[in-house]
Amino acid sequence: MGKYLLFNILQVLTVLVFSPLVIGVLNRLKEIVQSKHGPGILQPYRDLWKLFSKDEVVSEESTWIFRATPYVAFVTPLFVTLLIPVLTSYPLFWAFMADMVGAGFVLALGGFFAALAAVDAANPYGPMGASRTRMVGFLGEPIFIIVFFTVSFVADSTIPYIVQQKWVTPLSNFFEPAHILLLISFIMLILAEKGRIPVDNPSGHFELAMIEESKDLEYSGKGAALMKWGGWMKFFVLMNIFLNVLVTPWGLASTVQLSAVLLAVPLVLFKILLFIIFLVLIESSLAKLRLFRISEYMSTAFIIAVIAMLTSVFTG
Amino acid sequence: MPDLLTNLNELSGGLFIIAAFGIVAARQMRGCMIFFIFQSFFLAASAFIMGIITSSDHLMIVGGINILTKVIFLPWLLSRLVPRKIATKREIVQVINIPTSLIIALLLTITAYFLTVPWLKAAPGADALHINVPIGLAGLLLGAYTLSVRREAVPQLLGLLSMENGAFFAGVAIAPNLPLMLELALAFDILIITFIAGILTRTVHERIGTTAVGTLSTLREEPRK
Repeated sequence: MGKYLLFNILQVLTVLVFSPLVIGVLNRLKEIVQSKHGPGILQPYRDLWKLFSKDEVVSEESTWIFRATPYVAFVTPLFVTLLIPVLTSYPLFWAFMADMVGAGFVLALGGFFAALAAVDAANPYGPMGASRTRMVGFLGEPIFIIVFFTVSFVADSTIPYIVQQKWVTPLSNFFEPAHILLLISFIMLILAEKGRIPVDNPSGHFELAMIEESKDLEYSGKGAALMKWGGWMKFFVLMNIFLNVLVTPWGLASTVQLSAVLLAVPLVLFKILLFIIFLVLIESSLAKLRLFRISEYMSTAFIIAVIAMLTSVFTG
Repeated sequence: MPDLLTNLNELSGGLFIIAAFGIVAARQMRGCMIFFIFQSFFLAASAFIMGIITSSDHLMIVGGINILTKVIFLPWLLSRLVPRKIATKREIVQVINIPTSLIIALLLTITAYFLTVPWLKAAPGADALHINVPIGLAGLLLGAYTLSVRREAVPQLLGLLSMENGAFFAGVAIAPNLPLMLELALAFDILIITFIAGILTRTVHERIGTTAVGTLSTLREEPRK
């Protein structure tokens, strides 16, 4: 029991500590592809340090929502971490507190508060970005739902720890059409949800074209640090849901030993590195879509998710 | 091992139908063609896998002929015949916008499933029937749908050929020992259709500078009121 609690805390610490590193590596890889002399992989940590030691400016006209949002955005990914397999392939202390739908709900709560806060501060660009994020969000919602439908249909469960075992027992299940198609659909969803390239440009700083970034324009100092860190952790958690629950549980600790769990940390980071390389390839070879093309992109992801469901219905 | 093969067959079925959706929705003619090549490739993959499962040489040859004609020869022929200007043009004309079109195509796929359910109940048998028949029928319907919503000659041709792909996808599961003669004849038919349509497109393009055949429907004998 005590051990499980320790592992849970380890999971949370992994997400907390390594999420800026993942973003740093991602940015560095992109710079290498674009042959730029950019900052090193530790730059996100320096950014956080800088922001935490700065003063915060809060508009007098804003309400409690604006002040509470950084904490909500920071805490929700950590809550989700308790529910999903980050390091171990067996359920931990809180694993049965909520299923994948619950995890999705908690993540959506952070996005909801961020959108409200953007409107609350009444910066002219904030509400625009917030409404665009909501547009992408509500187009993404049916995909989320269909993906969870299919997963629960195929694996008879929505608890992440049970779902992940389904794909590799036996190994031929890995090639089940529902599995592969779900992966394609979920990658497209992650790209949209986190504002990566075909949907939004994460390194763009032109306010009129922003989707994801313009929500936290109004934050400064500690608030900005918490918002940024929360965003990175959300990315880390989404990648973990994708890699550990939907792809395979390979690399996760399967025994109740501290050494096995500690060994899982570099293995999981290695998996994430592979995924990031894939992401960099996508981001460097595609252009950002026009805003009204996003619905086409999202409907493609939706179609793929529905086909995944249909093929699993066809084959019974 | 048989499990893995069945799964791979189902996977190629899923990717086959996604390629059919691609033909419905791709914006460029080149995109349409790439999706068609993918579709034919997955058809051949399914034929090979079914060939291994039922240990039928015929299906292997069918897959081989498919690869040769539709994946290699047909795209080469089309790219030679169709003027470069058409092949790389963006924003080809479509009657219905793309998201709506995709949703309608999805409804067609679901319809195909419900149409085949009673049929599959009457003919219990191989696992492959349960994936190949509904997906083949869906491919057929999506090809017909492409024919009716596209307003350009080349995507219409690809729609026609993807209908044929759909029929074949169902065929490889229903009749593992399809007479080879039939497949050979079909392969030549397809090439001849492509050849004629390609030459026609080229001529039309040279005469009137466009291949938007949708505007042809306004041609009538009596003057328009």
